[in-house]
Amino acid sequence: MQTATLPTPVTQPRSAPPEPVGTGVRSFSLTINGAEYELNVAPWTTLLDALREYLDLTGTKKGCDHGQCGACTVLVDGKRINSCLTLAVMHEDHQITTIEGLADAQTGDLHPVQQAFIDHDAFQCGYCTPGQICSAVGMINEGRVKTDADIRELMSGNICRCGAYPHIVDAIRDVMQLNPTAQ
Amino acid sequence: MKPFQYLRPTGVDAAVRDLTAQPDAAKFIAGGTNLIDLMKEHVEQPTTLVDINRLPLATVEELEDGGLRLGALVTNADTAYHPLVEQRYPLLSKAILAGASAQLRNMATNGGNLFQRTRCYYFYDTSMPCNKRHSGPSQGPAGCGALHGYNRIHAILGTESADGNVHCIATHPSDMCVALAALEAVVRVSGPQGERTIPIADFHRLPGDTPQHDNTLRPGELVTAIDLPANGFSHYNSYLKLRDRASYAFALVSVAAALELERSDASGDQISAARLAMGGVAHKPWRKTEAEALLVGQRPTPDVFGRAADALLDGAQGYGHNTFKIELAKRAIVRALSQAAKLEPTE
Ligand SMILES: Cc1cc2nc3c(=O)[nH]c(=O)nc-3n(C[C@H](O)[C@H](O)[C@H](O)COP(=O)(O)OP(=O)(O)OC[C@H]3O[C@@H](n4cnc5c(N)ncnc54)[C@H](O)[C@@H]3O)c2cc1C
Ligand code: SF4
Ligand code: FES
Ligand code: FES
Repeated sequence: MQTATLPTPVTQPRSAPPEPVGTGVRSFSLTINGAEYELNVAPWTTLLDALREYLDLTGTKKGCDHGQCGACTVLVDGKRINSCLTLAVMHEDHQITTIEGLADAQTGDLHPVQQAFIDHDAFQCGYCTPGQICSAVGMINEGRVKTDADIRELMSGNICRCGAYPHIVDAIRDVMQLNPTAQ
Repeated sequence: MKPFQYLRPTGVDAAVRDLTAQPDAAKFIAGGTNLIDLMKEHVEQPTTLVDINRLPLATVEELEDGGLRLGALVTNADTAYHPLVEQRYPLLSKAILAGASAQLRNMATNGGNLFQRTRCYYFYDTSMPCNKRHSGPSQGPAGCGALHGYNRIHAILGTESADGNVHCIATHPSDMCVALAALEAVVRVSGPQGERTIPIADFHRLPGDTPQHDNTLRPGELVTAIDLPANGFSHYNSYLKLRDRASYAFALVSVAAALELERSDASGDQISAARLAMGGVAHKPWRKTEAEALLVGQRPTPDVFGRAADALLDGAQGYGHNTFKIELAKRAIVRALSQAAKLEPTE
């Protein structure tokens, strides 16, 4: 991975033929939390590294960098994905939402899932939390959850080293207004 | 990751041309969930990536013969939750949903899932010997680290090559492919020589003495779709996956079981058709029609299921840490068939 040294951005005219552009730095824009960001990065930059290393959106965390922990979960067109296993350049025409974009932009009110995590003390160190919250938002959009067991199964892509799982389930159940005894 | 050139064709022919231009150095990328992982470890080092996400292969279509065509770029999640798949091919839905995590299933594609590579730890570590990875010194030494190493997740069937030697004991890690094997799916490909279809049983291969090759695809070929035959065994089926934790883990062994039952007389049902495939035990989904034939015409009882299990595991061989899989696999088959016949609840 090329994360330590940032390549010098090469300015390319925006009208340059888009493909193929070869192995060099590529200019494109990403729509993140409703705003457009210009990027000049090599094609092997993952979406996660683009967010953290180039756009200063460090709310999204890098845990394993191998799809095994869920800390890097973001929403792409409303669907939760692992940003560590996809390339930034593959998302030019998508709407990306990160933890920074969940709160209400006008009022500053937290997203209900964010508020529920606070109310239920659903974290200890907090490292997995942005991924957990984005994943929960994605899961709620999917509309497949009826029981606590469903929450546990469909949130299994988010590992919490602190073991805050019971409170995470409480928080999500609360937001979804599920009956805690539903089987 | 090593540097690479990034191409993004919008048509099947262009994608095939891009890949054929440098068959050894170029790779397609779909969801990226396996390829990017392997590129980070330098196990895969393509110098060109052909992004196929803009190809028009993301639809699920009904076929005239009653079957269903799953586009190569439909995600695993969209496939598993597709109403027609849930209704007619619940076995496939269950198998897909037993795999990976919700996030990964949202990225992983049906085409990419067929090609996912083994999770053998030695394969992933370029400092370790591995015949499957080996194609030159940049990808580490030859040999098989697992054979006399730690092989708990490895294969127990189909490992010997024609000369009696064992070159690789890797398993194919897919859940989806086990269900596809039981359902007798057909893989559609497009390549430099045109289109062809490959029955799923012939798509993946045994390692023999060339474990570098996971499948029978020819250079430059692109999978465009997977066709499911009309019979989805939707009434009696089970996908049973046994693993080290309840979710988000690869199978130690998994079983796709599918039955058709007919009322034979007042005293009960008789099996009129049966499919049985296993994951986690071989270099490809493991299926033997002889084992299925032992079920047909019989009543669905644990004894009958046990005989099919013995037949499917015939010739199984453990390599130390994975020897437990032989007994585990037999018991898993009996349980999965009991679940399929509704003699036992699923979880
Ligand atoms: C942590 C983790 C856990 C997982 N757990 C499971 C599990 O429990 N069960 C399971 O089954 N899977 C599991 N997976 C694997 C996952 O299912 C695969 O990574 C995924 O299906 C690959 O699909 P993709 O579209 O992302 O493929 P990519 O990574 O894009 O591609 C994989 C390979 O397929 C080739 N390819 C892709 N599409 C085509 C095409 N149309 N034609 C020709 N070649 C093509 C690519 O060139 C590449 O070589 C797990 C993965 C991770 C990271
Ligand atoms: S089992 Fe196969 S993949 Fe694993 S080390 Fe041996 S040769 Fe390599
Ligand atoms: S950092 Fe992406 S899953 Fe762990
Ligand atoms: S709160 Fe520490 S890892 Fe989850």
